[in-house]
Amino acid sequence: MDVKRYRPIAVLLIIIVFIQLICTFTGTEFFLTQIIMAAYFSLVILGLCLLMGHAGQISLGHAGFFAIGGYTSATLTTINLIDIADSGVAGFLKGAGILFLRKDIYGEEILSFSPWVAFIAALVVTILIAFLIGIPVLRLKGHYLAMATLGFGMIITTIVRGTRIFGEADGISSVPAFDLLPVLRVTGKSIYRIENYYIAWFIVIIALIISLNLINSRVGRALRAIHGSEEAARAIGIDTARYKLYTFVLSAVFAAAGGVFLTHYNGGIGPSQSSVMKSVRYVAIVAVGGMDNIWGCLFMGILLNFLTLRGFFGTLEEVVFGGILIVFMLFFPRGILKPGMITSFRNAIRKCGLKLFRMRGKSKQNAA
Amino acid sequence: MLLNIQKLNRFFGGLHAVNDISFSVRQGIIKAVIGPNGAGKTTLFNLITGNLKPDSGDIFFKDHRITPLKEHRIAALGISRTFQTTKLFSHMTVCRNVMVGRHIRTKAGFISSILNLPFTWKEEKEIRLKSLEILRSLELADCEDEDAHNLSFGKQRLVEIARALAAEPELLLLDEPAAGLNIHETEKLAEIILQIKNRGITILLVEHDISLVMGISDEVFVLDRGKMLAEGKPEDIQKNRDVINTYLGEGDA
Ligand SMILES: Nc1ncnc2c1ncn2[C@@H]1O[C@H](COP(=O)(O)OP(=O)(O)OP(=O)(O)O)[C@@H](O)[C@H]1O
Ligand SMILES: [Mg+2]
Repeated sequence: MDVKRYRPIAVLLIIIVFIQLICTFTGTEFFLTQIIMAAYFSLVILGLCLLMGHAGQISLGHAGFFAIGGYTSATLTTINLIDIADSGVAGFLKGAGILFLRKDIYGEEILSFSPWVAFIAALVVTILIAFLIGIPVLRLKGHYLAMATLGFGMIITTIVRGTRIFGEADGISSVPAFDLLPVLRVTGKSIYRIENYYIAWFIVIIALIISLNLINSRVGRALRAIHGSEEAARAIGIDTARYKLYTFVLSAVFAAAGGVFLTHYNGGIGPSQSSVMKSVRYVAIVAVGGMDNIWGCLFMGILLNFLTLRGFFGTLEEVVFGGILIVFMLFFPRGILKPGMITSFRNAIRKCGLKLFRMRGKSKQNAA
Repeated sequence: MLLNIQKLNRFFGGLHAVNDISFSVRQGIIKAVIGPNGAGKTTLFNLITGNLKPDSGDIFFKDHRITPLKEHRIAALGISRTFQTTKLFSHMTVCRNVMVGRHIRTKAGFISSILNLPFTWKEEKEIRLKSLEILRSLELADCEDEDAHNLSFGKQRLVEIARALAAEPELLLLDEPAAGLNIHETEKLAEIILQIKNRGITILLVEHDISLVMGISDEVFVLDRGKMLAEGKPEDIQKNRDVINTYLGEGDA
């Protein structure tokens, strides 16, 4: 077996431990909170790196998949079935671990789906939606694909903003902790911080291993081939439609998993997570990360999300990510990107820039 | 017959690009398709490989009707091609370009790749060895680690042939493989094509270099404005009045 590909993970592990120790000893453990959140956002970045950098297909709708994951999990774990708690079915489901009973902060009893069940449901829902969207949309190329995925993201935003069970503009709060194992729980409570830091990295490393395995395989080569020339790839016998679709679904699953874990960590999710600006930001990070460079994407994913969460960019946050994208498009060699993709980016960003402007205006009105 | 084409038609708007073409290719020969620019040669290749679909007519490969099949399925049955303008995967090394060529002969799918299952390790090794062997046979082994787009034009054409060979095709379609090559490279190419034939691979060749065509082909099919003009042995084609008038004449004059 080729172990070379895993070597950087050992280095990564050392860095992870090192950062934790430094934070603990300098009394700055609060930094870990933002690293944890950045790690979950990085799952989206890793998925997009496979989809954009390797298969050469752009998506401006991945915040939508993040939201689908987060909202599915949040809804199922906060829905209160206490009224039917006495029925036989509920009893059976409770016994099977599918439903679980807890008390919320006001001491009210809540019977809802257990986080594991919600997690699996979130992935299944994501896979179904990704297939349904991917089959028609991946026939499109360049800026048509960008626009279609952008549209998908906007639909998701509209749905979560406009639906009662999704909490409309407020989103869903009071999402319970996710007990991965009886002793391992995904939660934002500060006593669990170090534990959660390692849980988050463990999940990222699983995603990394999946990505590295895929990249270095027959499938990974085929994806690169599709990126290089779809016509030649088909002539070689690659089922390009299927490969693009599967990669799209996989990247959607990564995004959704990020959404699920971050929602449990934060204890809630709001509609801004599905926003087009979020999708654009993911694309910008993959671009600065080097498109097909999984390590570059991970690094930038952690760094830029961390800085954003620390409020480093202040009110200029969106300007920064827009700016990153423009600078990258203007000054970086076309080598990494395909010319067609560059135009698609530019067009999409130009068009969604307008939309964002309007949406931001609206959200400010809502807030006021 | 390895390949059998029956009454094939293809229009582009009002243009009848392939007009009622029928012909067949015997196993083990080199058959050339010649004709002036715009005669429909590349279109014919695109129809055979499934890149384009005919408006009417049928194509049989080893007695399977391949006309309705998707392009990648046709490739999997054993038809490989090169392109008139080379379509290498430019940000991959030469070796990896050839390795992708083994796609249809290997199995690792999404799940087994993600899980890095042991059978894929063996398969990867096999893919690499086989690709290197093909590169060596085309004297390209010294550039295996170079990026494909850094190679000379002539070498890029050879890499494209190597990639097609990696699929171990039964039928190889070469679209103007000598275009842009110098005399020395063209001679080399002729040797390589004959060597491929000797491995038992049937070749359908589109080429404007008439001396190359006449030198290596067993049969020649002449196309003019979508229609068949003549078909036969190279020596007969060279004597054919119609062919000389419409095609060979201008070239030899
Ligand atoms: N995709 C297409 N759409 C419209 N017209 C096309 C298409 N492909 C080819 N044609 C037209 O069909 C005719 C045949 O083209 P084709 O490329 O098959 O010729 P060719 O014999 O390969 O010529 P050359 O020797 O220049 O390569 C030409 O008139 C060409 O313009
Ligand atoms: Mg042609």
